[in-house]
Amino acid sequence: MDDTYLPNEAKIIERIHEGPGIFTLRLQFTDPKINEAYTFAPGQFNMLYLHGVGEIAISIVSDPHSDEYYNHTIRVVGRVTRGFEQLECGDCIGIRGPYGRGWPLEKAKGKDVVVITGGLGCAPVVSVFNYIINRRSEFGTISLMQGVKHSSDLIFRERFQRLKDIPNIKIYVGADKSDMHWPWYKGRVLDLVPKMELNPDNTIAFMCGPEMMMKAAVEALAEHNIDETDLYLNMERNMHCAVGHCGHCQYGGQFICKDGPVFSYPEIKELFAKEGF
Amino acid sequence: MNQSYYLPHTKLQSLLDAIIERGYRCVGPQTRGGTITYDDFSQVKELPWGYEDEQLPGQYTLKKTQKTGYFNWVNGPQAIKPELFKPKESLWNVTRDEEGKLSFQPAQLTPAPLCLFGVRPCDIAAMQIQDKVFITGTYRDERYAQRRENTLIIAANCITSSNNCFCVGAGGFPKAERGYDIALTEIEDGFTLEFGSEQGSDIIASLKLSEADGSQINYAKQRIQEAADKQTKTLPGTNLRDALMNNLDHPRWDAVAERCLSCGNCTQVCPTCFCHSEEDEPNVKGNHSEHVREWDSCFTQGHSYIHGKVIRSQTRQRYRQWLTHKLGTWHDQFGESGCVGCGRCVSWCPVGIDITEEATAICSDFINLENKENSHG
Ligand SMILES: Cc1cc2nc3c(=O)[nH]c(=O)nc-3n(C[C@H](O)[C@H](O)[C@H](O)COP(=O)(O)OP(=O)(O)OC[C@H]3O[C@@H](n4cnc5c(N)ncnc54)[C@H](O)[C@@H]3O)c2cc1C
Ligand code: SF4
Ligand code: SF4
Ligand code: FES
Repeated sequence: MDDTYLPNEAKIIERIHEGPGIFTLRLQFTDPKINEAYTFAPGQFNMLYLHGVGEIAISIVSDPHSDEYYNHTIRVVGRVTRGFEQLECGDCIGIRGPYGRGWPLEKAKGKDVVVITGGLGCAPVVSVFNYIINRRSEFGTISLMQGVKHSSDLIFRERFQRLKDIPNIKIYVGADKSDMHWPWYKGRVLDLVPKMELNPDNTIAFMCGPEMMMKAAVEALAEHNIDETDLYLNMERNMHCAVGHCGHCQYGGQFICKDGPVFSYPEIKELFAKEGF
Repeated sequence: MNQSYYLPHTKLQSLLDAIIERGYRCVGPQTRGGTITYDDFSQVKELPWGYEDEQLPGQYTLKKTQKTGYFNWVNGPQAIKPELFKPKESLWNVTRDEEGKLSFQPAQLTPAPLCLFGVRPCDIAAMQIQDKVFITGTYRDERYAQRRENTLIIAANCITSSNNCFCVGAGGFPKAERGYDIALTEIEDGFTLEFGSEQGSDIIASLKLSEADGSQINYAKQRIQEAADKQTKTLPGTNLRDALMNNLDHPRWDAVAERCLSCGNCTQVCPTCFCHSEEDEPNVKGNHSEHVREWDSCFTQGHSYIHGKVIRSQTRQRYRQWLTHKLGTWHDQFGESGCVGCGRCVSWCPVGIDITEEATAICSDFINLENKENSHG
């Protein structure tokens, strides 16, 4: 029977340590038929179930066309994520998905892409960023902008260094507070937006992170005359069901789980950054 | 117009028997703990004969009177929602074997045919709203859907309204228009009956009833109209979306938050509220777990919890979320308001907060301005 809420069993093929309290699980459905039929788009997420503990929403970070595995990068913050941290290679979990609407990649083709992320490792933009660099020629200039509070918060530090070798990419990293050897910008990374060279007619921006940061980014990009409809934001709210039934993720008239989590700015503008929604 | 039949009070049991004979479990209104509750029954004598309720903001009183009739009361804190969208139910369970393999099983799906008897028009409207949440959207709740498919609805049109009723203001009427198999309207010594489905028509045919005469039909109509006319509360419009969303900083939100206890009673009694949480209930051995869902409320801390913070930590934000959703953004999601005007949230609020008063205070200026602009437009 096709039961909306029922997870399928998946096995951990590999567990990669990314940093303190951050790890990546490479997974595969145990049923080969399900594994083969499973497809997703960057920006979509799965509900991951830990036996006896609970279910949480986690973005899919691997490439949709890569191989027969898919990856989730999880940061430990509470009960369920802490439980996932204890798992090892070969352990089984439950997965249902994919859910939601991801990034508008068809629309982005041929355009310059600005990717802005804040906070601690933002999984939804990792997926879209990897997608773009794996298909480098299909997109124009890429600007990657990452802001962190403290320089030690930047995970994947070496990865950022390596990105410099990719053709036609501009990298902006900023830390509000930084140590001595910080090679990047010291200060709010969004301060660099006014200095960016952006073509307002051919730029699309993907954002993910704290809402106040995305708000500042939207304002800064507006100064470059980039159309509101070319600004995309990843939203996050408490989620239990992922299918528009439980009501936890409501954001005005939107269900973030099924109508989002990626929204164009005009879709959420009415409430965006308003306290209490 | 559909044919009307006449069923005397003395033959109500035969209607019930005809339903039970067809394999239905019957759930209908009964008096419990000083209110009306819907529960299993098989005898008409279990129905609230002669009872009347009085409802005021924050007040509910049920009393036995000398009046004749099964349906002189209006409603109780709950009606049929708990039968269809269960307060708590298992969605699936999982067993882990010695090697750690997980096997997921959907919760039992054996919905026995269910007859919901004596359902108020507003509760039918609310049920149809919940159908949109759980059945007709992108994703289907299989258990809810199957229960609905196996449900026979016997409506009881309203012959009176409480002081808190405002179905007319909410865009409805105290007469069921759709969504029922049989609709009853109580008259002096019995009911007029109409069928709304083939099932309903079959059942009525099996009772060999005579047709209702003109005066019976007129009296039934008149009683429903009287119920509608009795309503004093109303909403300032049937679509308050823009009026609310343009008033998110209205001082009234602070004023209502001064009174609201954030207890969530309003959401618990509301027949359209659908929020729920999911949780695991593992066994002691740790090899089996039930994944259950339970009604939740936007008035709780946990409802808006997200990495270390509660998005709606203040009561003002919670009441605003509730009202703007119910009367406002519900239109975006489901193409109609989430309020059917049953008045329960008014009666069962411990401090007597009245949704119609709050909505009026917040929306009136906006609506008046809009009307002015339109008339000059
Ligand atoms: C669409 C989406 C994609 C996400 N992708 C990732 C990802 O790729 N990697 C990652 O590490 N985290 C991601 N998160 C956040 C992740 O879901 C939460 O960190 C996780 O639910 C916390 O669970 P917990 O039990 O460990 O924490 P607790 O603090 O104990 O949370 C208790 C419960 O509250 C709810 N909850 C708490 N925080 C969140 C939250 N941020 N979002 C939704 N529900 C929450 C969950 O039901 C959780 O079980 C994503 C969230 C969303 C909505
Ligand atoms: S909001 Fe109040 S009056 Fe409206 S349907 Fe819900 S409980 Fe009834
Ligand atoms: S409005 Fe009334 S019933 Fe609803 S949460 Fe506030 S005090 Fe409780
Ligand atoms: S997560 Fe349940 S409605 Fe979106």
